[in-house]
Amino acid sequence: MSSIDMNGAQTLFEKVWNQHVVVPETDETPAVLYIDLHLIHEVTTPQAFSVLRERGLPVRRPDLTLATMDHSTPTTPVRTLADIEVVGESAANQIRRMEANCREFGIDLLGFDSDARGIVHVIGPELGATQPGKTIVCGDSHTSTHGAFGALAFGIGTTEVGHVLATQCLLQRRPKTLAIEVTGELGPGVSAKDIILAIIGEIGVDGGTGHVIEYRGDAIRALDMEARMTICNMSIEAGARAGMIAPDDTTFAYLWGRPRVPQGEEWDRALARWRALATDDDAAFDRQVRIDASRLAPMVTFGTNPGMVVPVTESIPEGPGPAFAKALDYMGLESGRPIAGTPVDVVFVGSCTNSRLSDLEQVAGILRGRRVADNVRMLVVPGSQQVKRQAEERGLDEVFRAAGAEWRESGCSMCLGMNGDTVPRGKLSVSTSNRNFEGRQGAGARTVLASPLTAAASAVAGRIADPRPLLEGV
Amino acid sequence: MEPVTRIESPTVVIDQSDIDTDQIIPARFLTTTSKEGLGEALFADWRYREDGSENQDFALNDPQNAGRTILVAGNNFGCGSSREHAAWALADYGIRAVISTEIADIFRSNALKNGLLPVDVPAELHRWLLEHPGANVVLDLESNTLTLPDGREHRFRIEAFARYCLMQGTDQLGFLLSQDEAITRFETTRPWKP
Repeated sequence: MSSIDMNGAQTLFEKVWNQHVVVPETDETPAVLYIDLHLIHEVTTPQAFSVLRERGLPVRRPDLTLATMDHSTPTTPVRTLADIEVVGESAANQIRRMEANCREFGIDLLGFDSDARGIVHVIGPELGATQPGKTIVCGDSHTSTHGAFGALAFGIGTTEVGHVLATQCLLQRRPKTLAIEVTGELGPGVSAKDIILAIIGEIGVDGGTGHVIEYRGDAIRALDMEARMTICNMSIEAGARAGMIAPDDTTFAYLWGRPRVPQGEEWDRALARWRALATDDDAAFDRQVRIDASRLAPMVTFGTNPGMVVPVTESIPEGPGPAFAKALDYMGLESGRPIAGTPVDVVFVGSCTNSRLSDLEQVAGILRGRRVADNVRMLVVPGSQQVKRQAEERGLDEVFRAAGAEWRESGCSMCLGMNGDTVPRGKLSVSTSNRNFEGRQGAGARTVLASPLTAAASAVAGRIADPRPLLEGV
Repeated sequence: MEPVTRIESPTVVIDQSDIDTDQIIPARFLTTTSKEGLGEALFADWRYREDGSENQDFALNDPQNAGRTILVAGNNFGCGSSREHAAWALADYGIRAVISTEIADIFRSNALKNGLLPVDVPAELHRWLLEHPGANVVLDLESNTLTLPDGREHRFRIEAFARYCLMQGTDQLGFLLSQDEAITRFETTRPWKP
């Protein structure tokens, strides 16, 4: 047993974990861990529902299951539901299966006709279903997003989706803890995305394997909830099981009044419980890392994993080994050349990492009164239908369209290109998403990960660009 | 599931670190609603060229490697997406064990639930395996040992319950279902309700 302090001091993770242990772990068996919220979507559930059907099992807690469709769904603009045209017969079949499975097993589905539809990691917080101290899982690795609220949230495979559907529990060994302390004040034009890319660059794409990260320090405390979600979202890109941030007044202000959050006296009780979740002063972590946020510049990736990252002001580094050379060859980039100025074909603003209202406002701030370069296709995909409505109420859609960008319906879209939104072979996309793996955005596509500000500045320049010179008046 | 007690095969080597699950099976193959037939899509963008022909430079297309069931890959295998399709694709193709210096958490969990054995080895042994593709390796779950052709042995770690399930050829859901009483007690007595 690691990191249980002699005087009983506990970390945020340990408190949430301990409150959900149904049966403690032994040498022979993992802990039985209770799950408070199960998020499901169309891609990673059909085979799990099939297992339930084969065994004649019901869903134990449909009331703790939140279902939507986001990965295979089209984002092309529609006026009515009848306009929706799913790309490909297998995607259409998957969507129909999701509707049928939810109907058969009594799960409410936020489907095509729902105003609350969107990327599962955007709508959970938006609805207030994501709350401090909960255990949250989903058949999706970016479930780590919800840790921004002080929840223990992690991605699982489809077999485990079946376990949770049938028993509301998972078999889990307790992971280790890693504290990442981020201090100092961010400079203008530097945002949460740059912090998390810098962290992954520092600790590596396997730096968090076997660990739950807690992000701490004054630079984290200063972030709003949407920025904290961006940080926790990419915990998995450092290999971590989950990422968490202690809930505070920023968290509570965000949650207050949302549809699925407790009201009245129940709110007061919840608040008292949530306030007690923060890591105790003398609690110990298995590992600690420190990052000085005041020294960060906007960050961009140059290779084929999120750890291959440099400040936009620097040159592409030299790297050891054939894998590094293979990555640069795939990207069509060369060591020693400045990363800024690299020609861009596509700009994608969206994904569970950066598709929330504040992200879109930052993009609009750069695009207002400017044009997307002629050679660039720019796609702006809101994280949910609610984000879409809020953006339109503020006139952001007009800014995007006036600049020459496409304004879409919500969904995962070009982050992984399952729905027909893809980057052509050999083309380079600056994306606000989370993975620059080979072929992630389409076979042969080249991805550069960046913040919304950097993506917008690059769209205007037609080349990878530092957003800071464009910030006057934003 | 077939019980797994012993796996013996010459190795297939893919000497590349950080192989993510998007490489193991690209997202465009995830619109399936079944687990079957995914072996055809395994490493699709490395195995096949743009025109659909086989990339002869890729290890799985080397006729020598046909039928081999132990894959040796670079550090941090299976990182990225939680898609269990990655484990399904490897298993459907015929791979029964993956050896690396480090295996990503979610992939490891998925692999163990599909009769696919993830094995961590120290750097020195890993280097030897990378440099000797086709070496005949024995993985024995009774003793948790990896044995090289020259008789050298390495004891690997594996989570006890996952090992038990692999050896019995049983899944983990039965055990969870047997905890029903404890789960109901937890639901009714916990101090707050989600």
